[in-house]
Amino acid sequence: MHNKSVAELSRELESGQISSVELTQQFLDRIDQEDGKYNSFITVTREQALADARAADEQRAAGNVTPWTGIPFAHKDIFCTNGVRTTCGSKMLEAFTPPYDATVTANFRQAGAVCLGKTNMDEFAMGSSNESSHFGAVTNPWGLSQGEKRVPGGSSGGSAAAVAARLVPAATATDTGGSIRQPAALCGVTGLKPTYGRVSRYGMIAFASSLDQGGTMARTAEDNALMLNVMAGFDPKDSTSLDREVPDYTATLNEPLKGLKIGLPKEYFSDQLSPAMEQQVRNAVKEYEKLGATVKEVSLPNAKLAIAAYYVIAPAEASANLSRFDGVRYGYRCEDPKDLMDLYTRSRAEGFGTEVKRRILVGTYALSAGYFDAYYLKAQKVRRLIQQDFINAFKEVDVLMSPTTPSPAFIQGEKTSDPVTMYLEDVFTIAINLAGIPAMSVPAGFVDGLPVGLQIIGDYFSEARLLNAAHQFQQVTDWHQREPQ
Amino acid sequence: MQWDIVIGLEIHVQLATKTKIFSGSSTAYGAEPNTQANAVDLAMPGTLPVPNEQAFRYAVMFGLAVNADIERRSVFERKNYFYPDLPKGYQTTQLERPIVGPGFVDIELANGESKRVRIHHAHLEEDAGKSLHEDFHGMTGVDLNRAGTPLIEVVTEPDMTSSEEAVAFAKKLHGIVTSLGICDGDMSQGSMRFDVNISLKPKGSETLGTRTETKNLNSFRFMEQAIAHEVERQMDILEDGGSIVQETRLYNGDRDESRSMRTKEEANDYRYFPCPDLLPVEIDESFIEAARANLPELPDARKARFMDQYSLNDYDAGLLSSDSKLAAFFEEAASHAKDAKLVANWIQGEFSARLNAEEKTVADSPITGAQLGNLVVRIADNTISSAGAKKVFEALWSGENDNVDAIIDAKGLKQVSDTGALEAMVDEVLTGMPDQVAQYQNEEDPKKRKKMLGGFMGPLMKASKGQGNPKLFNEILVRKLGG
Amino acid sequence: MTISREDIEKVAVLARIRVDDEQVSALEKDLGNILDLVDQLGAADTDSVEPMAHPLNAVQRLRADEVTETNQRESFQAIAPATENGLYLVPRVIE
Repeated sequence: MHNKSVAELSRELESGQISSVELTQQFLDRIDQEDGKYNSFITVTREQALADARAADEQRAAGNVTPWTGIPFAHKDIFCTNGVRTTCGSKMLEAFTPPYDATVTANFRQAGAVCLGKTNMDEFAMGSSNESSHFGAVTNPWGLSQGEKRVPGGSSGGSAAAVAARLVPAATATDTGGSIRQPAALCGVTGLKPTYGRVSRYGMIAFASSLDQGGTMARTAEDNALMLNVMAGFDPKDSTSLDREVPDYTATLNEPLKGLKIGLPKEYFSDQLSPAMEQQVRNAVKEYEKLGATVKEVSLPNAKLAIAAYYVIAPAEASANLSRFDGVRYGYRCEDPKDLMDLYTRSRAEGFGTEVKRRILVGTYALSAGYFDAYYLKAQKVRRLIQQDFINAFKEVDVLMSPTTPSPAFIQGEKTSDPVTMYLEDVFTIAINLAGIPAMSVPAGFVDGLPVGLQIIGDYFSEARLLNAAHQFQQVTDWHQREPQ
Repeated sequence: MQWDIVIGLEIHVQLATKTKIFSGSSTAYGAEPNTQANAVDLAMPGTLPVPNEQAFRYAVMFGLAVNADIERRSVFERKNYFYPDLPKGYQTTQLERPIVGPGFVDIELANGESKRVRIHHAHLEEDAGKSLHEDFHGMTGVDLNRAGTPLIEVVTEPDMTSSEEAVAFAKKLHGIVTSLGICDGDMSQGSMRFDVNISLKPKGSETLGTRTETKNLNSFRFMEQAIAHEVERQMDILEDGGSIVQETRLYNGDRDESRSMRTKEEANDYRYFPCPDLLPVEIDESFIEAARANLPELPDARKARFMDQYSLNDYDAGLLSSDSKLAAFFEEAASHAKDAKLVANWIQGEFSARLNAEEKTVADSPITGAQLGNLVVRIADNTISSAGAKKVFEALWSGENDNVDAIIDAKGLKQVSDTGALEAMVDEVLTGMPDQVAQYQNEEDPKKRKKMLGGFMGPLMKASKGQGNPKLFNEILVRKLGG
Repeated sequence: MTISREDIEKVAVLARIRVDDEQVSALEKDLGNILDLVDQLGAADTDSVEPMAHPLNAVQRLRADEVTETNQRESFQAIAPATENGLYLVPRVIE
């Protein structure tokens, strides 16, 4: 059962082959047995999950069904869950149980899905290896058989590892600079970062508000489509949520790809990419040509500036977004503060981890008097240049394809000493967030036994087309079905 | 040395919306602490702001009322600083693109001259919560009910040169926002708070001096005192050859003293940047025109109407039109009594004195405009004397009775205006006072005669048990005594 | 671009994060490296470019002025570090 997709499980439940309670129990047992190796969950909500599964079985008996009724899944621990601890991977929120739901959480509840728990992540979604979590690093299920503890990527490393290890068929995730696509690539699963504004950010703990976007992670493109059907849509509680019609993303999965125009950004096939990785990506593109697509080279001349712009904008926004964690109304508070300043500075020094503090300080610096123009304003201008590159590219082609990451999953600890080395992990993903366009990572081969991700980038609100392209690829390849040993 | 005083004001006006600027929490005053602070107001993780349309409508109405440009596209920014009453660690405000651009207000001074005070801009922002400093074993308690209440901050140019001008401007602004109905104007509840920027420069000098900001003055009286205090403080320093430190000061009205607010030197680096949780707000023509069409009458227009419709003089009209509630009270009273001038006198005399004595506003007045109007009717038709009228007013104010005529009857205040009866009383009194009558008749000087007339009034009022119409008594006396 | 110890200490005060001397040294190196990365921005010609604060060219939607919230003080204060009589408590604030 644990190898089945959401779509398949949905049919099993529908046919009465299995009940949601049985299915939930199986996955919970699997988490109990297996997750010691991965540490992909921060919180497992066994009792609540079984109660929800019973309720789902009753709903089904009453004829109230959605494709998600009774399907087990997990939430990244960045989405607030009413009555269930929500930590954001931080000591700051180690004991924080919100009395409210994120809109995404409420949507899955409404659809009858059964949440098994909250997945591990880099603290406040800041990281590319899941090593900055207060609840310990996550280990990539791939590479373990060679005795190597590799990173799952980040920040949604827990969700990616849990899906890859078949602990859940699907998990929610978020992406600010690559936090869905990079871990999806490194763990060999399929992930989608939607257009900015497509999925409500309400109740999704903010890292960088103009870049954050909730998205999907599962093994198949079809399951990603099923997830997006639940998650996408206008939310009056999020001012940046777009009031725009939501299509049925599963309806167009089987459209033929004949005539699809694919662009390969030459800047994304640079010397940062190993020849072995490049080979896998080019092989994947060849599959698309077999499916009737045409391929041409395009240019994103400002793409090389994306990391620099991102590491001004994201920390600047984060520095303000994380000011609310002050030890006054919720969250960690230091012992015996001697005055107000002590309460603030010690609660925040003790409650935040190294990387989070580093980014708050960089952001504070970039916004401070005398530096605002040179850093923040300049970065916002470069951001527009980057966006313009994509707009120009989509005048010529329908989608862009590239590797998701420059290399496969690395060994834990390898990049923790120098933050900048870690930041370069997101070299191919970050520009997409700056532009606000959607992109996916799809399993597309292996290098040294480790998964390689193909990134498919689309124009604004082209999620259906991306899912269609990924689904068609998955009809002729089986990379997404490979299971780590 | 002679000095020019330069004053600019920043006024925080709490908008009378039902809900907060970024959440659907109630803004009602006086609720139990933190019962009107929801997840957004408390800056719970993941929560997001959604702006209140009414706050924008009110800001636009304000802009139109002060002859200002309305910005078609305004942007919210984050002003970053830590304080327990500021849950997000930043205040959402407007800096580069405020909703209301440059405008002006004309004020009238005691010498009858008019002066124009320019508005630099007015922007929308959220209020902070309140810190309560007493009674928590050395801790401060924080109430966030007020956090997120919409404010417009009005910033003037440094166009005022005295406390008189500053107070005149503040009162004018108070009249405008209360007339618009966008603020309840209740200064004791902090609905309007004034920050005063003051600097001095040698008389006639072009260069502005270093200014200080005195924050959070919440009455016109304190504002006047604080300005006088700060001008004197700066003058003392400058005349001793010292220099003014640019700083924020806090004025204690009860002790008439002020002190610097920053105990230690800390750079104010607010790190403003556009709030990424909010999009630019676009105000279109139809929104502005709808607001314009619904603008209520403003103090200046009302004053002109009062002069025209009620034949009030400039001074009375100005006073009664400045505050919308007072103006409404006057009009209600005047709709009952024909003599608007007499109504105006009563409002400015007895009525205002009682309000002031009990620190009440027109809104809390125990008597209605209609009651005062009926009272004036009875004065005008000679039913009661002015002494009797004061007794009726007292009875109305204390709530003893709410009907003017019933009070007059119950207290026997009706004047005797029956000429025959009054003549008989005069005859009787004059007969009993032959010396005074002779003295009067021998007097040549009309002024002295008039004065002597008063000597007969006391006995006459006594004879009539206080109910004789003094005017009629006077006429009969003059006639009987032979002019 | 280098960042001085004084700058780091100043920024740490603004951000209300306590840093000890050892951390300042590490931050000097790490933030210096990050700022070196960021300095690439200087190469871009942005003379006539409008800053982009937001990915979507959308305008703000406004909410009707209707009370939608009810008192939930009890559930919010259940997760607060220190409260009394419905107030959040902090060390005494001196204005």
